[in-house]
Amino acid sequence: MNYLEHIGKYFIMLKQVFKKPQKWSVFKEMLFREIEDLGLKSLGIIMFISFFVGGVVAIQTALNVDSPFIPKYLIGFATKRSMILEFAPTFMCVILAGKVGSYISSSIGTMRVTEQIDALEVMGINSLNYLVLPKIIATLFFYPLLILLAMFLGIYGGYVAGTLTDLFFSEDYVYGIQLDFNPYFIKYALIKTLVFAFVIATIPAYHGYYVKGGSLEVGRASTQAVVWTSVVIILLNYFLTQMLLG
Amino acid sequence: MIEVKDLYKEFNGTPVLKGVSTTFEKGKTNMIIGQSGSGKTVFLKCLLGLHIPEKGIISFDGRKHTELDIKERRQLRQEIGMVFQGGALYDSLTVEENIMFPLKMFTDNSYSEMLERVNFVLDRVNLENANKKFPSEISGGMQKRVSIARAIVMNPKYLFCDEPNSGLDPNTATVIDNLIQEITKEYQMITVINSHDMNSVMEIGEKIIFLKNGVKAWEGSNKEIFKTENESIVDFVYSSNLFKKVKEAYLNETK
Repeated sequence: MNYLEHIGKYFIMLKQVFKKPQKWSVFKEMLFREIEDLGLKSLGIIMFISFFVGGVVAIQTALNVDSPFIPKYLIGFATKRSMILEFAPTFMCVILAGKVGSYISSSIGTMRVTEQIDALEVMGINSLNYLVLPKIIATLFFYPLLILLAMFLGIYGGYVAGTLTDLFFSEDYVYGIQLDFNPYFIKYALIKTLVFAFVIATIPAYHGYYVKGGSLEVGRASTQAVVWTSVVIILLNYFLTQMLLG
Repeated sequence: MIEVKDLYKEFNGTPVLKGVSTTFEKGKTNMIIGQSGSGKTVFLKCLLGLHIPEKGIISFDGRKHTELDIKERRQLRQEIGMVFQGGALYDSLTVEENIMFPLKMFTDNSYSEMLERVNFVLDRVNLENANKKFPSEISGGMQKRVSIARAIVMNPKYLFCDEPNSGLDPNTATVIDNLIQEITKEYQMITVINSHDMNSVMEIGEKIIFLKNGVKAWEGSNKEIFKTENESIVDFVYSSNLFKKVKEAYLNETK
């Protein structure tokens, strides 16, 4: 199947997804389950990675800023900017594309090959709406919170790294993170996160939903889902940056 | 009554069903048999609306399935119960939650009313003390019973079963066959079973449709199978020596 066919099929899928849920109480139950599976269960990995990435960014900046003419508060400033603008929204979403994307694709794919999706359809349930819409709402609602936490922990990780290694003074770092604070950058990061969250929920769902065959194909679909989700995130990141900051 | 007229289905230009016509009546266990690749599963999936045929009419008590829009088709499907070959139970839900699922989706009953109905159908399929177990914690035979319980929990008018006793030992297979037949009579449903198992066919096949290469090659009851001269069905049924002996015994008995 060529790429255009896939894109067309993806948008046809979305048309079925965005229908009114057949039963609100069941939808609510599914939504809370998805918030737990796709959001809360990713909390640990995001906290861990963002803290250490922040630390590494601060250490690398400190090691590369050896000119006496460059003020040390630039380390805090650079760590803050890179965490808010890029590392938290984009890097963390690529991590989530791997973790959550493979989970979504393989769980829906397994439901497809074991006829559980057919069972939903035979019961008269819109399986795409039932399975995918709660995932989209859960990621759109939870990932901005997750990314805000990643920003905070990344900046804090830089602070901890600096104080532990004595590469810079904590006062300089705190001054740097307070310097020239632009709230629009947070807005920009959250807009990117919302777009990426949508991509993370829908592209793996597409790969899982239309899988044909057995466990081997489910595995392949899962790999493809992660690859395509990451590719689309990186491409959209480029265009969104151009549109929102250019 | 389910009426099928001149059903034609193809995949990528290869015809799989070539003008199949038949009827399925209320309170009868109707069976579709045939060799692998004969089009049984495609036929069943067309009846369920999971495949859209290129030509032909499928009518459920006068409602032409093939002419309904998505909403109307979903409405009709709420009157259908389906037992899948592998059970198709939801792994993340317990037995009780699996059976309660259609009730939650389509009724406004309270939890206690739904639980009462779940326990009633579990009792009907002779399955006790399994409410809180997950599908992975119960045997294949029990999974089939749960699947049947889920299929009948909404009191369907139509029951479809795809190889309901595949992978089961002969005893359990007979129990499942008898259970389907009993339920069919009790609730006066139209039951259509897709099967390979000749024991089942002889046991409960009140109406049998034999498909060969996408064409209906024979139609009749389990009793008529012994008397038919149709070469296709004779080749299929008597590929096993056991059935040759059963036939001889039956014909001697009825002389």
